[in-house]
Formats: sequence, C-alpha cells, structure tokens
Amino acid sequence: MSQLSKLFSRKANGVGPILPFIVILLVATTASILGNLLFDPSSIFHVSTYTITLLGKYLCYAMLALAVDIVWGYCGILSLGHGAFFALGGYAMGMYLMRQIGDRGVYGNPELPDFMVFLDWQSLPWYWQGMDNFGVAMLIVALVPGTLAYIFGSLAFRSRVTGVYLSIMTQALTYALLLAFFRNEMGFGGNNGLTDFKEILGFRLQADSTRIALLAVTSIALAIALIVSHLVLKSRLGKVVIAIRDTEARARFLGYRTDKFKVWLFVFSAVIAAIAGALYVPQVGIINPGEFSPLNSIEIVVWVAIGGRGTLVGAIIGALIVNYAKTKFTILLPEVWLFALGGMFVLVTLFLPKGLTGLMSQLHQKYLKKTVTETDEKTVGSRV
Amino acid sequence: MRHFLVLCCTLLALFSTALVAQQTSPTQPAKLASNDPSGLSMSSASLTKTTEQLLVQLTRAKLKQSLTLLEKIAHAEGTNMLPLFDTMLAGNLYFIKRNNQLISVVKNGNQKHYHDLLTAKALEPLPKKAIKKIRVNNKIRVYLRHIIAKLKLSDDDPAARIAALKSLLNDLNAPTIALIATLRIEEKSHAVSAIMDLALSMNQALNAPLAIDKIRAINLLERSLEPQVRNTLTLISDQYAGSEDSDALSIKKAADKALANIQQTTAMYGYIDQLFFGLSLGSVLLLAAIGLAITFGMMGVINMAHGEMIMLGAYTTYVVQTLMPNFLEYSLWVALPLAFIVSGCVGILIERFVIRYLHGRPLETLLATFGISLILQQLVRSIFSPLNRQVSSPQWMSGSLEINPIFSLTYNRLYILAFALLIFFALLFILKKTSLGLNVRAVSQNRDMAKAMGIRTGRVDAMTFGLGSGIAGIAGVALSQLTNVGPNLGQSYIIDSFMVVVFGGVGNILGTLVAAFSLGIANKVLEPTTGAVLASIFVLVFIILFIQKRPKGLFPQKGRSAE
Repeated sequence: MSQLSKLFSRKANGVGPILPFIVILLVATTASILGNLLFDPSSIFHVSTYTITLLGKYLCYAMLALAVDIVWGYCGILSLGHGAFFALGGYAMGMYLMRQIGDRGVYGNPELPDFMVFLDWQSLPWYWQGMDNFGVAMLIVALVPGTLAYIFGSLAFRSRVTGVYLSIMTQALTYALLLAFFRNEMGFGGNNGLTDFKEILGFRLQADSTRIALLAVTSIALAIALIVSHLVLKSRLGKVVIAIRDTEARARFLGYRTDKFKVWLFVFSAVIAAIAGALYVPQVGIINPGEFSPLNSIEIVVWVAIGGRGTLVGAIIGALIVNYAKTKFTILLPEVWLFALGGMFVLVTLFLPKGLTGLMSQLHQKYLKKTVTETDEKTVGSRV
Repeated sequence: MRHFLVLCCTLLALFSTALVAQQTSPTQPAKLASNDPSGLSMSSASLTKTTEQLLVQLTRAKLKQSLTLLEKIAHAEGTNMLPLFDTMLAGNLYFIKRNNQLISVVKNGNQKHYHDLLTAKALEPLPKKAIKKIRVNNKIRVYLRHIIAKLKLSDDDPAARIAALKSLLNDLNAPTIALIATLRIEEKSHAVSAIMDLALSMNQALNAPLAIDKIRAINLLERSLEPQVRNTLTLISDQYAGSEDSDALSIKKAADKALANIQQTTAMYGYIDQLFFGLSLGSVLLLAAIGLAITFGMMGVINMAHGEMIMLGAYTTYVVQTLMPNFLEYSLWVALPLAFIVSGCVGILIERFVIRYLHGRPLETLLATFGISLILQQLVRSIFSPLNRQVSSPQWMSGSLEINPIFSLTYNRLYILAFALLIFFALLFILKKTSLGLNVRAVSQNRDMAKAMGIRTGRVDAMTFGLGSGIAGIAGVALSQLTNVGPNLGQSYIIDSFMVVVFGGVGNILGTLVAAFSLGIANKVLEPTTGAVLASIFVLVFIILFIQKRPKGLFPQKGRSAE
C-alpha cells in the first residue's frame, strides 16, 4: 500500500492541459442538448434526436479510443482486441436491458428473453441471474472485462510476450470470443445478439428525453475517464509506464515489476472500454457478436493513430473525426469508405507517425523555434 | 530480377512435369466421360436379322412366349442387350405401334422422357395411344434379374464385374448364388473372386444346413466391411437370439463375435478418417501459412495483407476459368504460375512502396499492411462484385479413392495435401540450396553484415516478399478448390496462418509444417465431441496459453539467428 501511495505521491500537474478540451466537450454537449430541447424543428439551431444519438455513439467510440491510447500510446501495448472488452461491457448492459423487457417480448414470457423461449430453454442460465438489477449489471460491466484483462494480461506480461506477438494474441482472443458468441448454446442470443430493448431504469429508450440523458451521461463519463486517465498517467505510475514503453528492460533492472504495471494498466484500460460499451448499447439498441470482429478492434487503433497516440485528447479527436468521416462516406459513397479507411492506415503510418496532434505540435514547434531563434538573435545582438 | 525469373522457371518446370504426369495417368477412361442422360447406350453395332425379328416378335408376344424369346435374345446378343433387359425390368419398355420401334419411357416427376432403345436418341414426346407397354410378370422379372446379373458378371472388365457383384449383394437369391458359384470356378481376377467368396459366404451363413458350415462362413465374414455383411450378421444374431439349442448358441456367438470385430475395424477406420481430415485441414493451414512463414517468419514483416494475396490467387483462378471455359481441365495449370506472378508482383509493389519505409517498426507495418488489405478487398469487391464467385473443379479432381466400403478419400483433398507438401519442399529447396535462399537467410540473420558483404539488401527484401506473396497466390489457387472465392476469403485465413507461424516458431519453416498439421489434426480430433466452432475456440485458447508458456513457439530459433 505504501508503495502504491508513493507511486501516486508525486503531484500531478493537475488537469490543466486537458481542461480546455473538457470544457469544449461539456459545452458542446450542453449546446446540442439545448438545441434539441429549446428550438423547434424548423429552426436552424435545432439539433435532431438522431444527431443526439449519433453524438452519443461517437462519444462512446471516443472513450474506446481513449482506452486503447492508454495502453498503446503510453505503454506500447498494441491491443488488437479492445473491441472484445467493449463488446463484453455492451453484452452485460444488453443482458440488463433484456431483463427489463419482462413480458413485453414477442412470446410474453416474464422470465425468459425471447431467444431463450425460441430455443426452448426452461429456465434462466445461472449467469443471467441477478442481471435485472441495475447495480449488479453495472458491476458485471466492469468486473467481467476487467477479470478477463487481468487473466490475459498477467499470463501474457509475466511470460514477457511483447510487441507483435501480443498484438496477434489479442486478436486471437477477440476472434475466439467472436466464434463463441455466435453459438446459440452460449445463451447470448447467438447470431442476432441482444436487441428489442424497451426501457432503462424505467425510462423508455425511444423517448427523446432518455436519449438526451444518455448523451449527457456519456459525455460526463468521457470527461471523467479523461480526467482520471490523465491523473493516472501524469502520476509517478504514469512515468514508470512510459519508462516501460521506452525501454522495458531498463525499467525492470531499475527494480520495477514491469509486468504488474502493465497488467493493471491493461485492466484499467479494459474497464474504460467496457464502460464505453455499456453506454453504447442503449443508444444504438443492439449488441451482436459482430462487435467482437477483429476488424472493429483494428479500426479503433486507426482512430488513435490518426488522432495521435500518446496524447489522450488526440485519440478522442481521432475517433470523432474518423467516425464522422465514416458516417458521411457510407451515406454518400459507400464503395469508397474502405478505400479511404485503408488509405488512411497507410498514409498515417507512413507520413503522420504522430497523428494529427503530432502534426499540430510539430507546426507549433516550428513556429515557436522560429520566434525563439529570432529572440535569441535579438538578445545576442543586444549583448554584442 | 534474375532470381525471380529462375524461380518462375523452376516452378513452371515443376508444373509442366506434373501436367505430363497427369495426362498419362489412366484415371479417366473415355467410357466414364460419355454423358448419356438415360444410361441407355446400346452399342450401335448392327443387329443380326434374327435378333431384329425376335425383337419384333417380342412386341407382339404374349406373356408366356416372352420368356423363351428373351432367352433366345440373350443367347444371340449377350451384353449388347443389357439396356433392353434393364428397361424391361424397370417396366419402362414400350413400343411404337406404327413401326414396332422399341422405346424407353422414363417418368421424371411430371415429365416423361422418350428415348429410342437401340440408339438411345431422345425422341419427341409421343401421344399415349401411339405407344404400348411391353408387359412383364414376376416370372419374367426373376429371369431378367438373373440374366442381367449373369451378363454383367461375364463382362470383360473386372471393375464392371465387381460393380455387378456389389449390386447383387443387396438381394442374394438361390439362382444368383448358383450362378456366382459356377462363375467363381473360372474367375481369374483376385479382387472379383474375393467378392464372389464373400457373396457365397453370406449365403452359407444364412442358409447352410449344418451349423458348422454356418459358423465357418460367419468366421470368414468377420473381415468384410460391406454394410450388407453387417446386416446379414445382425439378422443371424437376431434369428438365434433366445434359442436354447447349443448349435444355435454357438452360431449366435460366432455372429456376435464377427459383428464386434467389424465394429472394431469400423471404429479404427473412423479414426483414420478423422486423421485424414485432420491432415487435409493441416494442408490447408500449411498452404495458407507457408507464404507468411517467409514474409513474417524470415523477414519479420507483419503482413496483414497476406490473406489478400491468397485471395488474389483464388481470383486469378476464377479469371483464368472465365477466359478459357473450354479448357477447364487445364485451367489450374495455367492459373498456378499466373497466380504466382500476380500475387508476387503485388507483393513486390507493397514492399517497394510501403513496407520498405517502415523497417524496424513492426507495429506500424501491421497497421499499414492492414490498410492495404482493406484496399485490396474493396478493389476486388468493386471489380468482381461482393458475391462469391464460382470456381469449378476439373474432372480429375472430383470423385474419391475408395479404399474399402466404409473408407474413401476424396481426390481433391488428397491432391491438395500432396500439393501443399510439394510447395513446402520446393520452398525449402529454394531457401537452402539456391543463392536467393542464401541471400534471404543472410539478410534475415544480420542485415548490416549482409550489406557489408555486398548483398543488395533492398532487392533481396523485395524478392523475398515477392516469393512469399507469390506462394500465397499459389495457395489461393489450391484453396479455390475447397472454399468459396469471395472478397473475404483472405480474412478468414489470416488469424489461422499467424497462429500456425507463431505456434511453429517464427523463422522456422519446418516448425510451420509441424504446427500446421498438428493444429489441423487437433481440430478434427476435437470436432466430433465438441462441434466445429468450439473445437476452433479450444485450439485458439490452447495456442494463446502455449505462447504464454513458450513465447518463441514450438521450435525456437537457436544460435545467431535468434535475437
């Protein structure tokens, strides 16, 4: 415990650097909510409920990107399986929402979800017990992906599986889960997943007010996740993590149990991803095994790469930009989207290794350097 | 470039020898190829006057006279008249009232098909009143069955005799048994007489008057795997169940023992069957992974577009088949070198324009190549449509090699197994015995030193990547024979192939071979108990755990080439 407190003891720089972003995020969310509530549909300030839901979805993705950036940008663990934690969190939320349907399903069974009645199951499987309680469900949202991350992480990091091997292992993990969740016998709705949700905590999911509330919750959750991650990574623990990223062997020789640091960071990141998943499901209204597909997980990595890894805000911006582009492209030119996505992969890795934020700071530095050298010359000149 | 050309030539030479071997192989007698819709091809040799007269008489004959007429026909013409007997037995024999022409009328659903009996030519549909059925009764049917069997059993081709005997096993009756017994004496072919013995033993086991003969016959049967034998033995066992008689008891005991023996052999062949399917899956994995073993294993490039190289190979096959629809038999031999060139060139382009700049940054390479894989997929989707394309198999790849009645190996899987091994050893040869291979190994072991010795590492990189991708293309040609050819073909193999390479040990080509076959067999052995999906999940989890324990795979590299 003393070790732990020592780790956090060094005063972090506070939330200074990310504060502007958080303010922008919250103001933008409030503005769009007010736009939906106060202005009638004819007004140009009106924000449709569709847009509200879309925004909520983007913010969930942003949170997921944040989770990947924590492990990839700060610890060098390229996880190609973070979609698995996202989906697991989503499934836990989906189970709660399924139980809330009660006897309003097609088969009207008060106890069993429709797909179980359809499969002729007699009673709820043990892992569905208690999922009708919101508190329990939220506990599961964090607990199951966290435990999975802990087991996987401690196995992998203790035996020092790193780099590409680790990436491929994480991909195999999400692929195995994809295959498993496709099975009807798993009791998660098989191919179709969980859908047809009616209400959350007694509020109708289709209602505008519920959607607005979900957006607000997502936005606040993202802000909190960002602040906590920032504090963690700026603390002493964060410094160790960055040291591990840069030269793991040296950090180990300095006496740090690098595997433990990596495991806990991995678990932390997995839980953030899971919460993002849990917030995602009520907004889109469905969760199915497709979320486990390796392609999804790799797409997240692209968001982070484009935004700029190693900068939390960059990951979030990357997720927002790419997803906005995806929405636009798939509506206007669906054929082109995969070309664009693939092209982004190639171009960003070749020409923008630090992403957009890297580009910004590069330009910024160039500008700074220019002014600095100018002032230097001036001072030198004045001295002479 | 010289190396690349040499390589192409070697591969071409390999394929052309294989092609020649294929052409000379006697797998396809012309007889099987003839496509006769009704199966009624009667030799067009002109019939003698007497036979023609007999046939005309047959149309007007009464039931009683038919038998003698048939006997005369059979005596005169022999096997030439098999279609007549077959059609008559099936009750499809008609004649046109106007000119006494014999025809067959086959009812297929609501449609009736008319064929001339002698020439097997299809005829225009005829009005019901113009034709008349030639009637048969039980007596004639018995005779027809007998004469058909007899004619077929005296066919010159042993294979035809075997086929006839096998069809006879289903209903053995006294006349057939007597016939078989007489023919058995003069039978020269070993394979044919074995089945004849089997038939005789089955008869003995059922009908011999003495218990001792029955038991002897039953004991002879215990090695046969024909389903009919199993039925006979079960019948005998049931027949004597509950009997107190000592003879009956010992017969039942013998039958049960024979059944148990057969069961055991069947189970054994079941395992062999599983093993074969495991090997077949292993060969697929090997084909998919072998190119990756070079690009990832030797060069250390995480090539996520590897699956798309396989896909390009498969699509090359499709294009070749569409371009030469009349030469389906040879399309694969054209597609193989073409696929090598197409995928190889795409690989070289990728290496020159992307991967070269990402050297030493494996994670970035992974992302960039993944982007390329998305682009290639979408390209194929835009050009060929997102639907699966039909790639057909040439005749010589269909069918199966029947080893015994319960165990047969399908030719396409056998060929692909052999092909995977051939490619593997060709690759091993290239890497170990050619100068290109030497350069590749030198660069992969110590790039700077190789450069200092005057090896143009950039070019070797491009060639190696081209080789790996080209082999993936060849794999695509082979895989197009087993699976659907669609834009997602590559994606479904990428994770498996990485697993194989990592499991076998990166940089170790032999490890890839062992890993592919052991994963294939493990998958198929698990499948009956767990189901296909769960089996692949178990295998994945096993590899994940295995890599935790031995991060360098089954056969880690030792010595200098290890990091």
